[in-house]
Amino acid sequence: MSSSVKEVVRKRIALTGNEAAAWAMKQINPDVVAAYPITPQTEIMQIFADYVADGEVDTELVTVESEHSAMSACIGSEAAGARTMTATSSQGLALMWEMLYIAAGLRLPIVMPMVNRALSSPINIHCDHSDSMGARDTGWIQLYAENAQEVYDNVIQAIRIAEHPDLLLPVMINLDGFIISHALEPVEAFTNEEVRAFIGKHKPAYSLLDVDNPITVGALDLTDYYFEHKRSEVEPMLHATDVIEQVAADFAQKFGRRYELFDEYWMEGADFAIVVLGSTAGTAKVVVDELRNRGIRAGLIKLRVFRPFPHKQLADVLSGLKAVAVMDRSEGMAGMGGPVFHEVRSALYDYEPRPAIVNYVYGLGGRDITLNHINTVYEDLMDISRNGKHAKGRTTVGDLVTYLGVRE
Amino acid sequence: MANLKEMAKKGEFLAGGHRACAGCTFPQIIRQTLAAADTPVVCGAATGCMEVTTTIFPYTAWKIPFIHSAFENVAATISGVEAAYRSLKKQGKYDKDVRFIAFGGDGGTYDIGLQSLSGAMERGHRMLYICYNNEAYMNTGVQRSSATPKGAHTTTSPAGTVEKGKKQFSKDLTAIMVAHNIPYAAQASPSHWNDLVTKVQKALATDGPSFMNVIMPCRLGWAFNPEHGIKIARDAVNSCYWPLYEVVDGQYKLTYKPREKLPVREFFKEQTKFRHLFQPGNEHLLAEVQAEVDRRWEKVLKMCEQA
Amino acid sequence: MSDLTEIRWHGRGGQGAKTAALLFGEAVLGQGKYMQAFPEYGPERMGAPVQSFNRISDGPITLHCHVTEPSVVVVLDPTLIGAADVTNGLPPDGIIIINTDRPASEFRRQLGLNGQKLYTVDASRIARETIGRDIPNTPMLGALVRATKLVNYEDMIADTRKKLEAKFGSKPGVVEGNIKAIQRAYEEVTSG
Repeated sequence: MSSSVKEVVRKRIALTGNEAAAWAMKQINPDVVAAYPITPQTEIMQIFADYVADGEVDTELVTVESEHSAMSACIGSEAAGARTMTATSSQGLALMWEMLYIAAGLRLPIVMPMVNRALSSPINIHCDHSDSMGARDTGWIQLYAENAQEVYDNVIQAIRIAEHPDLLLPVMINLDGFIISHALEPVEAFTNEEVRAFIGKHKPAYSLLDVDNPITVGALDLTDYYFEHKRSEVEPMLHATDVIEQVAADFAQKFGRRYELFDEYWMEGADFAIVVLGSTAGTAKVVVDELRNRGIRAGLIKLRVFRPFPHKQLADVLSGLKAVAVMDRSEGMAGMGGPVFHEVRSALYDYEPRPAIVNYVYGLGGRDITLNHINTVYEDLMDISRNGKHAKGRTTVGDLVTYLGVRE
Repeated sequence: MANLKEMAKKGEFLAGGHRACAGCTFPQIIRQTLAAADTPVVCGAATGCMEVTTTIFPYTAWKIPFIHSAFENVAATISGVEAAYRSLKKQGKYDKDVRFIAFGGDGGTYDIGLQSLSGAMERGHRMLYICYNNEAYMNTGVQRSSATPKGAHTTTSPAGTVEKGKKQFSKDLTAIMVAHNIPYAAQASPSHWNDLVTKVQKALATDGPSFMNVIMPCRLGWAFNPEHGIKIARDAVNSCYWPLYEVVDGQYKLTYKPREKLPVREFFKEQTKFRHLFQPGNEHLLAEVQAEVDRRWEKVLKMCEQA
Repeated sequence: MSDLTEIRWHGRGGQGAKTAALLFGEAVLGQGKYMQAFPEYGPERMGAPVQSFNRISDGPITLHCHVTEPSVVVVLDPTLIGAADVTNGLPPDGIIIINTDRPASEFRRQLGLNGQKLYTVDASRIARETIGRDIPNTPMLGALVRATKLVNYEDMIADTRKKLEAKFGSKPGVVEGNIKAIQRAYEEVTSG
């Protein structure tokens, strides 16, 4: 940490993940927020509506009639030069699916807390990552928070990331439904002035309200232009990790908390590691602590940035390991494991050496993931490191994919 | 009242060279609408003929700010632009007076767009929604919408040997909009430009949501001689098929009454989409359509206290 | 995390079981410790059995799995005994606190306790007499602190008073009522 980090003792307040997201939104004081209820996100909008009703923010709250309209209104608002936010979960995200692509394609820096909840069918209100993983191709930047503090910190950083002139891409901050959204934890919050100084004023280069310089937003491309526009949309994604790291460095300098593309927990000298996103990382840390206490060289990677996928940085860290278990809280229905698994494997494909990589699909529909479960993963990793394969007795799909915690 | 000379002085807001069909009538609707405004205007359009033909990259025909996002949501999108405007003005970050107009075809308004239109109107945004109603999904090749009249031939309600075109009468969207208790709603036609322009002026002066349903003859889908678009619109009005009225704070007012009510067959006869109604054996269908036109006209007259 | 304490609250929807956990979590935070407070969610409506949980530790808590072996159980509604498995996961040296006007001995038998400490307090009556409503969660905080000593009692009273005054400053009766509720339960809770 830099020596110029301020030594400020901040008060910790008790906030749930949803409250932390709403608190950050309040301090950001966006010009426009579109709101539509869905469990378990609803509280974010309710709390924010209270802030509006009590005059604590200047925000124009648009209580739309569906999530599709929420994202549509956000697109109109952001295109008109206003700093705009919304929040959703699961079916709501799915309903706005086409608009997610449009928001990114139009390069609109909308910021959205996304409370992870399983997609129907079956209908389920509990946590898994099928919703955000289903949106991984939309061109949105995707961040994952482990706890309420990270929700707060990431929502604030997201404004800077999204609006960065080299990026201008929408950002979603994912938090685990109920597990984090509804759990009260201590959060260090900053003052309104500190947050506003950090995010700065929104100064878009183009706006529909700049009537003296009229623009057309959302034109039709025929076969002669679409490809170039899409290629130009990839460009900021290629540089997004730089921007995300810059903002994180500035955040660390001002507030003393360091964020990376992913957290390396006990990775020094690790023989094997788990790669995981969200709150499960917190539970896994307890297991890693115990293993390390017993002299077992276990490590953990908590992926904070999933889009863009930090393939090089991750592969550099993982390539020397003997075995890696990727934990997926969603099933991509590819027939060979979950989405994070595929991307980690792909990132390591060209590396020599590279570890054995296996997949654990877990926690679907809010199924609890316990210390015992995670212990079995590390036991498997130990087996694989030693023998090249893990002990039988658990559900496997071609030896690579295990469904952890399901009743077969 | 609209003054043609004054309007002409304002200049062109829609550039020529766009790709609408020869004989299309929505360019007139756009021009009349934009000429009616006395402040800068931001427009939006739903996916459809209007949007597709006026914004082919790298060209745009719109000389004013314009946004298209998707098909079913121009009302929601423009409501977001309007919310941004209100927010920025309230915070002192913006100081101009601007009005907002959303254009949607009947497909993107009566059907898939109904929800977002209803939501925007219900929330009370200060915006004007104009449905350019050519009574089918024209951009995708003439499929039926809930605005398509009974008996009309479309590719998804074809007139064949067993079925004789669309089975249902058209939905009365204007009545649905009036039922939202919005301060201003109206029906208009590009053939009666003074009436249309006056209505747009009233709508833009309304401090709240407003809706206009504008009949828009489509030379491709209705199939008529491209020079006759405006004449066909006039026939629609004069046959009382498309009454011109406005509803101000719930009060109905007729804005045009034809001196002589044309039989609906006069309006239909040049349109290939109704050709089968003129075949022997289908007289009852034509009669049904005439009866419904008469019923709706009587109803409008009654509500306008003109019966 | 050897100093980790986990608590499970049992109540019926509408009795404030979720709020109880949140209130206790705030009290813990007020004393500089680390905590989590969270409910268990389902389609339960008013009157259905619900659970909520706390974790308390001197250091940061990163666990996010369910609480399956709480060392403390609080039962806000005694009619749940028999309906819900309130001793599930409670170790032999665990503590169970029940809101009831019946003697503890009755519950010892019914619960089949094997070593756990049992406390009872008539939180409902205390709530009716101090706050004027049968919402037992506030007085239960007092009983919980007495039985477990997880937080400093005087500090908690002072902290709670401050928080209540900030929220209900214009209604001193509300503030005093709630403080009295906690104090009375602290004094009246008995082990049996």
